Amino acid sequence: MRVRIPSPLRSYTGSAEVGVAVPVLAPELPPTVSGVLASLNLNYPGIRFRIVDEQGKVRPHIKLFVGSDATRDLGAPIPSGATLMIVAALSGG
Amino acid sequence: MARLPGAARPAPTRRTRLLVATRKGLWTLTSDLSRTGWRASGPQFLGHIIHHAVADPRDNRAWLAAARTGHLGPTIFRSADAGRTWKEAARPPAFSEDSGRVVDHTFWLTAGHPSQPGVWYAGTSPQGLFRSNDGGATWEGVSGFNGNPQRKAWCGGDQDGTPDGPKMHSILVDPRDPAHMYIGMSGGGVFETTDNGAQWKPLNKGVRADFLPDPAPEYGHDPHCVRLAGGQPDRLYQQNHCGIYRLDRPGDQWQDIGAGMPKSVGPVGFPLAVDSRDPDTLWVFPMDGTSVWPRTAPGGRPAVYRSRDGGRTWKRQNQGLPKSQAWWTVKRQAMTADNRDPTGIYFGTTSGELWGSRDEGRTFRCLARHLPQIYAVEASIG
Repeated sequence: MRVRIPSPLRSYTGSAEVGVAVPVLAPELPPTVSGVLASLNLNYPGIRFRIVDEQGKVRPHIKLFVGSDATRDLGAPIPSGATLMIVAALSGG
Repeated sequence: MARLPGAARPAPTRRTRLLVATRKGLWTLTSDLSRTGWRASGPQFLGHIIHHAVADPRDNRAWLAAARTGHLGPTIFRSADAGRTWKEAARPPAFSEDSGRVVDHTFWLTAGHPSQPGVWYAGTSPQGLFRSNDGGATWEGVSGFNGNPQRKAWCGGDQDGTPDGPKMHSILVDPRDPAHMYIGMSGGGVFETTDNGAQWKPLNKGVRADFLPDPAPEYGHDPHCVRLAGGQPDRLYQQNHCGIYRLDRPGDQWQDIGAGMPKSVGPVGFPLAVDSRDPDTLWVFPMDGTSVWPRTAPGGRPAVYRSRDGGRTWKRQNQGLPKSQAWWTVKRQAMTADNRDPTGIYFGTTSGELWGSRDEGRTFRCLARHLPQIYAVEASIG
C-alpha cells in the first residue's frame, strides 16, 4: 500500500511517499484507512497521533484521500491499487 | 549559530543556558558564569510552536519541549544530551478515549521531585494534568484531576477560557514532599493535592474574580502565573488577572500584595519570577490591563517591578529598557530567574526580544532580537 506524506510529516518518513504492509484478512475485506494508519504508525511511531486525535477523529485541516476521493471515515476501505494521500493544510501564520 | 554582541569569554567551565521557546521554534542562548557574553544557537524545530521548553534541574541534560506544528496534533520532544539530539514522545499527553476530550497542545512542563528521577508533569490546553515516569517518553493522565467529577465545574467547558484555549500551568511540586503539588488554571484557579494527585481542593480564598457575578467564588479564578517562593515552599506568589497575591501556608487566605503598585501602572500582568535564595524577593512585569486590555507595557514604557519585602513595596526597574514607544509585553512563562549570585533575571517579549539582567534587575540589556514571538524562557545552570 502506497501512502503519500505531506511535508509537515516527512520528518517521520524522510520521503514524500512510503509503502506500508497491511494485512489482508480476506479478499472481501479490503484494508481500511484505519488499518493503513496503524501500519504507518508501526513504521513511524507517533505519526498517527499527529493526524488523528485521541477520540479517533481526523484532525481539523487535515484531509485524507483514497485515490481521488476525500474521506474522514477511518473505516473507509482502500481498494486494491489505490493510494492513501494525507494532506495537511499549511494555512495560518 | 551566531555570536551576539558581548565580550568574548574564556572557555566556560560552567554554563548558564536560556531555553527560549517561541511561536516558530526553539533557540538556546549560552553564556559562562560571568553572563556577559551570550551565544545564540538555533532554531530547532523551526516552524513548530514551542509553548514551553525545560531543562531538568535534576541533571540539566534532559530537556523537554512541548510542540505543536501547524494543524498536526500536539507532541513532546525530549533530549537526553542538552538539546543536541531529540526524540519524539512515543505517547504524548492525550485524554482517555472515553472522555470525549482532545488535547490541543501541551502548555506547561515541570520536572518531578528530586527523589523521582524520570518523573515529569505536563499541563495542557484544555486543562488536563499528565505524568510521565520515563523521562517524557510516555504520558498518562492523572485521573484524580482529569477524571474528577468536579473538573468541569472547576474549569468550565473546553471552549471557555482564553482565546487560544484554557490552560493548566504552574505545576509546582513541593521540594519536601513529592505527593504535595499545586496547579494553576486559566480559568479555574489554584488547586492543591496532598496525595499525589488523587484528590484536589481549590485554594483561592482572598483572590478576586471580578469578572464573575460572585467576585469571591471558591474556584473559577484566573491565575496567570504561580510560583513557590525561593527557599520557602510554604509561601506562594501569584500574578492573577485581578492582581498580585501572596499565600503563607498552612494558611489558606491569599493576601493582596498588588495594592502597593503605582496606580498609573496597576497590578495586572502575566509573568512572575522569584529569587531562588530569598523568599521575600520577587519580580513582576506589569501590562496595560485597562479597558480592552491592550496587553502592552503601560504607556509603551516597559519596566520590571521588584519587591524585596514580600510584596509590601515595589521598585521600578527599567534601566537599559526602552524609555518610550515600546509596545510589547511578556507572556506568563516568559520571565525567569537563574539561581546564581547575584540573581539573573531574563524575559522574552511578544516582539521577539530577549532581555537579561545579571544584577537582579538593576540594569538590563538586550541579549537577542528579531526572534519570533517568545512564549517561554527558562534558565539552566551547568
